[in-house]
Amino acid sequence: MKILRIYLRENNFRLLTLLSGFLLSMIIISCEEFLPSAPESSEVLNEPIEGLTSSQLAAHLQGDEQFGKIFGAEDGLGPIFINTSCENCHIADGKGHPFIQLTRFGKMNLDGTFDPMTEYGGPQLQQRSISGYPPEEIYSEATGISIFMPPAVTGLGLIEAVPDQLILSYADPNDLNGDGISGVPNYVDPPDYFQPKPGFHISNNGKYIGRFGRKAGVITILQQVAQAYLQDIGITSDFLTEDLYNYTMGSGTGDKVSDPELSASIVKSVEFYIRTLKPPPRRNQNDAEVIAGENIFKQINCSGCHISTLVSGPSEIEALNQKEFHPFTDMLMHDMGPELDDYYTEGSAKTNEWRTTPLWGLGIGESSQGGKSFFLHDGRAKTIEEAISFHGGEASNIRNSYYNLSQADKQKLLQFLESL
Amino acid sequence: MYKVLLPVLIIIFCVMTNAQDTTGIKIPSQDAIYTRPFILEVNKLSTSIGGYFEGNSNYFSEDGVSEGLSFELRRFNIFLYSSLGSGIKFLSELEFEHGTEEIALETALLDFQFSPMFALRGGILLIPLGMFNQNHDSPRWDIIDRPLVSTQIIPSTLSEVGFGVYGRFNLVRDLSLTYSAYLTNGLGDGIILNTEGKTFIPSGKREEAFGEDNNGLPAYSGRIAFQHSLGELGFSFYHNVYNSFRIEGIEVDEKRNLSIGAADFSTTFFDITLHGEAAYSIIDVPDNLSEIFGDEQWGTFVDVIYPVFKGSVFLFNDAILNSIFRFEYVDFNIGDFNSTGQSIGDEITALVFGLGFRPVSNTVIKANYRRHWTVDAIGNPKIHTAGFQFGFASYF
Repeated sequence: MKILRIYLRENNFRLLTLLSGFLLSMIIISCEEFLPSAPESSEVLNEPIEGLTSSQLAAHLQGDEQFGKIFGAEDGLGPIFINTSCENCHIADGKGHPFIQLTRFGKMNLDGTFDPMTEYGGPQLQQRSISGYPPEEIYSEATGISIFMPPAVTGLGLIEAVPDQLILSYADPNDLNGDGISGVPNYVDPPDYFQPKPGFHISNNGKYIGRFGRKAGVITILQQVAQAYLQDIGITSDFLTEDLYNYTMGSGTGDKVSDPELSASIVKSVEFYIRTLKPPPRRNQNDAEVIAGENIFKQINCSGCHISTLVSGPSEIEALNQKEFHPFTDMLMHDMGPELDDYYTEGSAKTNEWRTTPLWGLGIGESSQGGKSFFLHDGRAKTIEEAISFHGGEASNIRNSYYNLSQADKQKLLQFLESL
Repeated sequence: MYKVLLPVLIIIFCVMTNAQDTTGIKIPSQDAIYTRPFILEVNKLSTSIGGYFEGNSNYFSEDGVSEGLSFELRRFNIFLYSSLGSGIKFLSELEFEHGTEEIALETALLDFQFSPMFALRGGILLIPLGMFNQNHDSPRWDIIDRPLVSTQIIPSTLSEVGFGVYGRFNLVRDLSLTYSAYLTNGLGDGIILNTEGKTFIPSGKREEAFGEDNNGLPAYSGRIAFQHSLGELGFSFYHNVYNSFRIEGIEVDEKRNLSIGAADFSTTFFDITLHGEAAYSIIDVPDNLSEIFGDEQWGTFVDVIYPVFKGSVFLFNDAILNSIFRFEYVDFNIGDFNSTGQSIGDEITALVFGLGFRPVSNTVIKANYRRHWTVDAIGNPKIHTAGFQFGFASYF
């Protein structure tokens, strides 16, 4: 007390200053708590799916760490690449930004087959390179060039768990039901390491249904992860052991790190992480306007392709095992008309065919795209309405139905889409 | 500039080296280890050992996720100083970070002072870029974390091997000018294509740089400062070709430059001390890496320190309690996206409030509240991080 009394007597001004400083500090930070709170779960994508065991959560977090790992030249980045980590494209596990989009190219042969131009660096362009090594350029004879935005990676475990049989049940190649929609699966060649699950994957002359990517060119998450490590980051793994190179340099040129640069266990760890990310959350789904919008969505048959509910098959991960979920896709390829035809394709799909994009997460895309929206495969549409306007081909009738809606009904439909 | 400075310094260095050789001690090899000046002249040489150490606790939360409470022993540094005769001094600093996680010889230099206006310095040197790099000892700072601009744009602690000159001129009464100019092995390739995924100047530090430069073009750096009883105002620069543009004499890439300019100040009036620095860097990045790897960066910090108590407390007769406030900001990628025209983010802003209790002048107990806001490259919602730190730092 004596010390305090002396202090108060001798240091009134200083005490005043201290208190003023403290008050000023409190004013500045009083807008928020001392420690920041977590954002609402309904506003974020990068969370694990509900129902994981603690061991599965630990494995999920281990994969998360690898998903965020940034590769430098010393780690084997490149020699040609697009980005330096998984997360740098799929920021916060969401859709990416136009500055990190990727380009694929190829050539349509006279016999109607598509040449991915692998001997000229196709089908994917790696426009960046390590120091002293030339980046790729699109080969001059390419006739089809398509630009792709990075998709969100959430909910993919459930999509992977949909049995082929269910996807095929939505196919209607000859439009027998007369609704103008004729979805077909994209059959693609599996990689060497693909192990089909009996009763789940259905072979079609050695090809299997692709389900990931805008062109559904990839069968499994494992294939997607291994390919992305190589094609996007230039990292070889036990699954894909040969490094990329610029064809003008010749094979044998590359980075200084011996291959494979990544073990199978790390690739599988990232696969597990992506499998166990939660599906994008809904918001305002009980709002009357949103419910009315959903009814309009069904009424004008957007739901003909964007099927709301799918059911997963058996899975060793209980959280994915036989679950009903709502991705708003039939996972089939559809002719989207000439405006979306980039003359580029993958697998058995035609160049004007695109996989029905899952609409889940549509309303929170901005949160991973820097506050702006970039819709469609190349981000050309800045609003949902603009994205609808690009729906041609099989979707022309539905687009026209949308145009014929009253302004109020259009708003309801848009509110519903933004709630996804 | 280095083309002129290098030959001059080499000649001076050789002359000095030869001079030492002529007085070399001729002794049988067997006796060599005990025939060293510090033993032979144990009562004549003035050699001091000292150092500092610092530790702290951390409790942070990032967007609601906290790793909990943890402790870290940041640094344990040992100094060794010898006065080798009139105007010849040796100083070294061996740093242990996080125990033995990282051990580095941060400084090992020999000074030859010919007059206050001119001295030669050689060895492992602290680069005179900004004010923090040469004056970074933790007991001198009341905030636990080092300033962002001083560690992430100016990559403190930046010590490089080389040599240079320094000195002081008295201009007018109470005003002097100090200068230093160094030629050193510079930063290397890791400035880009590193594991930070962005242009990150500290990643250009190389362990091998104490042995040889990566491209045979040394870095040059310098600082001039005006010193007055009111304070100090300094201007400094660093320039270097950072990439390994030639291998075994064959040029395999373009030369890529790194330039950093900095301004710093320090002043005290009415018991309020203000100090801070700002740095701006231009990095030559290959066109195909642009946007991911920024070619311009800048940052700044300002500390405001006010002693709220001076006096006797318990056993401490000259105790001081400082209140501290820091503002800091760093933009790692100045520019706009070609694709959208949006400004590239990759920024961090931080505020720190704290108290620093100095029971004696060379020891400080620190309590800090820190909050920072990080914006990613594409400008997604800010990541909020905040937390409390308690720590200590002391010379010994």
